[in-house]
Amino acid sequence: MSEADSTDGDVSREVAQRVFAAEFNDASYTFKESDDDRAPVYLLLPTGERANRIFVVGTLTETEDVGEDNEYWRGRIVDPTGTFFVYAGQYQPDAASALRELDPPAYVAVVGKPRTYETDEGGINVSVRPESITEVDAATRDQWVVETADRTLDRIDAFDAAGNEYARMAGDEYGDDVSKYTETVVEGLESLETTDELDGNVVADTGGDRSDATADDAEGDAVDTADPSPQP
Amino acid sequence: MTELRTHAAEITEQFSDHVDVTEDEVESKLQQLVEEYQVPLDEATRSVRNSYLEEAGIERDDISGGGGNERVLVNEINQDEQWVDLRVKLVDLWDPRSDSISQVGLLGDESGTIKFVAFKTSELEQLAEGKRYELSNVVTDEYEGTYSVKLNRTTTITEIDEEIEVGDNSDTVEGALVDVQSGSGLIKRCPEDDCTRVLQNGRCAEHGEVDGEFDLRIKAVLDDGQTVQDVIFNREATEELTGIGLDEAKQLAKDALDTTVVADEMRADILGRYFTVTGPTLGRYVLANEFDQHDGSADAERVLIKARSI
Repeated sequence: MSEADSTDGDVSREVAQRVFAAEFNDASYTFKESDDDRAPVYLLLPTGERANRIFVVGTLTETEDVGEDNEYWRGRIVDPTGTFFVYAGQYQPDAASALRELDPPAYVAVVGKPRTYETDEGGINVSVRPESITEVDAATRDQWVVETADRTLDRIDAFDAAGNEYARMAGDEYGDDVSKYTETVVEGLESLETTDELDGNVVADTGGDRSDATADDAEGDAVDTADPSPQP
Repeated sequence: MTELRTHAAEITEQFSDHVDVTEDEVESKLQQLVEEYQVPLDEATRSVRNSYLEEAGIERDDISGGGGNERVLVNEINQDEQWVDLRVKLVDLWDPRSDSISQVGLLGDESGTIKFVAFKTSELEQLAEGKRYELSNVVTDEYEGTYSVKLNRTTTITEIDEEIEVGDNSDTVEGALVDVQSGSGLIKRCPEDDCTRVLQNGRCAEHGEVDGEFDLRIKAVLDDGQTVQDVIFNREATEELTGIGLDEAKQLAKDALDTTVVADEMRADILGRYFTVTGPTLGRYVLANEFDQHDGSADAERVLIKARSI
């Protein structure tokens, strides 16, 4: 897809939407707003917003080179509600080398573009094509969870507003009931309280990391069984 | 009152002196645009207002904002065609470039400065440099992202005694740092007097091939999930932000035989983190005079309460 919208100095850089994995993975409908080949492609989020770029902070739990001739790295990035799948190959050299070199589990921040692909069964799966992946700390992850909760609530709040065209589109594509994403938000925020308690109980930094990782791994496994994404 | 009704009331008040119009009529026009045609409310309001302007055969400048405008700071002005009140000092008068202009110059308050224009046809009293005024009923104007205000026939000018400290147009922006752009890290600038352009492949756009002088800077993008803002960190700010000084940066580049390693190193330190940046706006950039990386605890409790109230 076009790289034009990710280059420096573009007139209107697309904002990076904040979305939890549970909502992101429910999305499947993509669209353009003009016929221009280079026009940005948007993923329609179920809470009624268009996303050409997203910003995610979570726990990288697993990396694997799934390429055949060339390196093609897949990373699993877990937030309190589910798992983002991130794919980086030769055209995303920085992100690919980050996935090659990072040692899971680690907190990472990802800026990237949503991509959809059709599965063999005819369903649509969504993944992230990263522009950058950097290792960050637990405080940044916590801030992302709160911010993403806040932005998601704003979208839910505006869902029924007059003239909210992306909400109308989302209603047509995914249905009008966005209350489950309020649950997602609560789930995300409450996990933070639990994590904080864990951190509070452990004195050493390394201990804190370990308890986080265990909790996140468990989340990742739970999502695994439900996730129908292909395993190339 | 619904949002639609509020907008309808505003429009009705603005036009009641000029055309025969009722709130119900305005509201139904708005409603049709918003509900039937799915036009965003802002755009619908604008469109309905324009239709009445045409009907009345009047210029936008000739209608008042309906009285009781919001008193704003000049640096808060970020929308075209808003009716506002200002409390300002006349900082500078320029030579008008057109016969239709009575006065043009710079107004300032504690938040910063903004250009103003007064037209001869408005027949206003002349403003004097250094004096302070309350200006009510001025209209904001936008040109290529830069805002100014226009005085008009309905503007009232009241001189005031209080001194006003004029600010430096500082803006505070926050968000996740989502991109470090090219031209960041270890760069070379043109050594010519008053030039300081950044060299591209050893060439200055103005002075051709020159021996550049090393400098550090970061051009980055802050994104809060709703808007994006370009920010620039100068050498001091870059050093403070990344802990990499000019000498260390030169050494890194020397060891790698490549200047881009410096930007790569800095990228790893700052990408994906949250920052608050304060400084003056220069074109599309906010210059990072002050900045703060967020590392405290986020306010989960507030958002949880918000979630439960939906």
